[in-house]
Amino acid sequence: MGRISELFKQRQNNILNVYCTAGFPHLESTLTVMKALQDNGADIIELGMPYSDPLADGPVIQESGTVALHNGMTIAKLFEQLKALRNSSITLPVILMGYMNPVLQYGFEKFCADAAAVGIDGLILPDLPQYEFETEYGAVIKKYGLDFVFLVTPETSDERVKQLDALSSGFLYAVSSSSTTGKDKDFNAVEKYLQKLQSLQLKNPVLVGFGIKDKQTFEAACKYADGAIIGTAYIKALEHAEDINEATKKFLEGIKSHPLKGG
Amino acid sequence: MINTTISLNRGTYKQPNIFGYYGNYGGAYIPEMLHRNVEELKERYLEIMYEPAFQKEFRDLLRDYVGRPTPLFYAKRLSEKHNTNIYLKREDLNHTGAHKINNAIGQVLLAQRLGKKRIIAETGAGQHGVATATVCALMGLECIVYMGVKDIERQAPNVARMKMLGATVRPAASGSQTLKDATNEAIRDWINNPNDTHYVIGSVVGPHPYPDMVARFQSIISEETRKQLLEHTGSELPTHVIACVGGGSNAAGAFYHFLDELTVKLIAVEAAGHGVHSGMSAATTQLGRPGVLHGSKSLVMQTEDGQVVEPHSISAGLDYPGIGPMHAHLFETGRGTFLSATDDEALQAAFELCRLEGIIPALESAHALAALNQLRFKRTDTLVVCLSGRGDKDLATYMKNIEAPNP
Ligand SMILES: Cc1ncc(COP(=O)(O)O)c(C=O)c1O
Repeated sequence: MGRISELFKQRQNNILNVYCTAGFPHLESTLTVMKALQDNGADIIELGMPYSDPLADGPVIQESGTVALHNGMTIAKLFEQLKALRNSSITLPVILMGYMNPVLQYGFEKFCADAAAVGIDGLILPDLPQYEFETEYGAVIKKYGLDFVFLVTPETSDERVKQLDALSSGFLYAVSSSSTTGKDKDFNAVEKYLQKLQSLQLKNPVLVGFGIKDKQTFEAACKYADGAIIGTAYIKALEHAEDINEATKKFLEGIKSHPLKGG
Repeated sequence: MINTTISLNRGTYKQPNIFGYYGNYGGAYIPEMLHRNVEELKERYLEIMYEPAFQKEFRDLLRDYVGRPTPLFYAKRLSEKHNTNIYLKREDLNHTGAHKINNAIGQVLLAQRLGKKRIIAETGAGQHGVATATVCALMGLECIVYMGVKDIERQAPNVARMKMLGATVRPAASGSQTLKDATNEAIRDWINNPNDTHYVIGSVVGPHPYPDMVARFQSIISEETRKQLLEHTGSELPTHVIACVGGGSNAAGAFYHFLDELTVKLIAVEAAGHGVHSGMSAATTQLGRPGVLHGSKSLVMQTEDGQVVEPHSISAGLDYPGIGPMHAHLFETGRGTFLSATDDEALQAAFELCRLEGIIPALESAHALAALNQLRFKRTDTLVVCLSGRGDKDLATYMKNIEAPNP
């Protein structure tokens, strides 16, 4: 069983998935950031691969990607860095998030093979469509034992939510509103939507993303879902951080009230 | 009878298959946040477009508001120079000065029938932005146009036009600050406003069904050309059709009704900037590799690592690192011939047209004219060059280069 399923088997509530951008704030800070996330209470790491045209992301995450690209981050460089991932003490599940174009250039199958080889657990590729997943790419992802997480939004029909849930493994990513990352949300509407998802009896745990930025929004999301994903707020916290571990500690203390579990 | 059946096959030159593929290119590579809107469009565009009431409103506006049909003009002196027969399809005479309005009217009428109240668009040269702002003014709809910061500077007259027409022009400051980035910002706006907004894409790019929808709206160009050629020459078919390609909408429209006429050579002209291999170019078929940009699989100019590169062209409308999937397919199958013209060649061709025919072309269209110098024609050939727009918006650039060598 993969690290993601293992995690959800142990715990089904308050799962905290934190997004960080590979090669940000510094080219060589990727593993430092991941280690800091693990040491300070994150449960899953979503590692973003920077891209020049990240359509589903807001300006803060795009800017972090621009910095990372400027720093010299590439997929090849990232896999180079990640060779040390599972030799370091990082045991958390790690999901790579990115866009189709760089992955296609790298070679889709080679990408999956290399990701699996360094100990990556799953993929989020928001612009990989269902049809192409079903006819071409899904089988490759499975072949290398990687989980694949689809997104659903409040505009996704119930029937489609069920289809995407069936195709996903690991968890399902509920976008808290139809929006790019980093926008503030009206949490009442979000709660209704999450209650609806709960009522659909999905096979995967549900994590809520987009718009989670503090204890209050995290707890609200966790009331009706298995956990939440934080991105923009953490990237902001890293932007001017002198000490990555300190900044991460301070940030995660502001999100999680319960005692830290540690790695 | 218009063929609205789209099959499961690999698509044809004209039409993609039901998943939006022309051969290997197309599809809808979009995040879930866009799925409902794109799906709605996909389900309904053909049904709406071919409703008799829609067709009547569309055609009436094209005639009475845009001024169609646009003339097919025999360019006598230009023909003499090239020792052949050159016809100019005068899209520059459309209201607002380019072919872009054909598509803008079609899509805004469609958006109304989908119940959308707010219209967004991206623009490069500003022609699509002006066309969309114009139609929104006509229909009383809110209009927001995204435009790269760099393009706002070099196409100032069109920015002023959009503002006069009541549109909001939002600068796209990310990345290369040109058309690609304006498109990113427009897509983000659509993600954040999923309910009341329609995104009027200005070329045959974007996720399915946009490339097909825009090609159909622009196909009026070749529909008219066939009839007009018959009157001029006694045959509906030319030997060559030549058009410039940014995303490829004027070319798609100019080629459309000739795509299945295999005797007609289709020549697409890209912007070579300072030269195809100068590192300052926008010649996508020469420099690009298969990839995904703005929701479809096509040829994309990119680094080895798959980062989309900043293209260069003197013409804002051609300054785009991608190309519509229909054109990628025409390129790959060899049905289309893809040439390129440099900034200087385009400038020269523009000055030449001014002096030989008394027509100031858009810089984009000047690239199509420049290709005439790269080909050999027979005396008996019949060429149609799509003069996609007029040069008013480019006067500042032309004035800077007025000393360009005489043709
Ligand atoms: C006059 C003119 N021609 C051509 C183009 C290029 O677009 P497309 O390739 O979609 O025709 C533009 C785009 O702005 C334009 O304004």
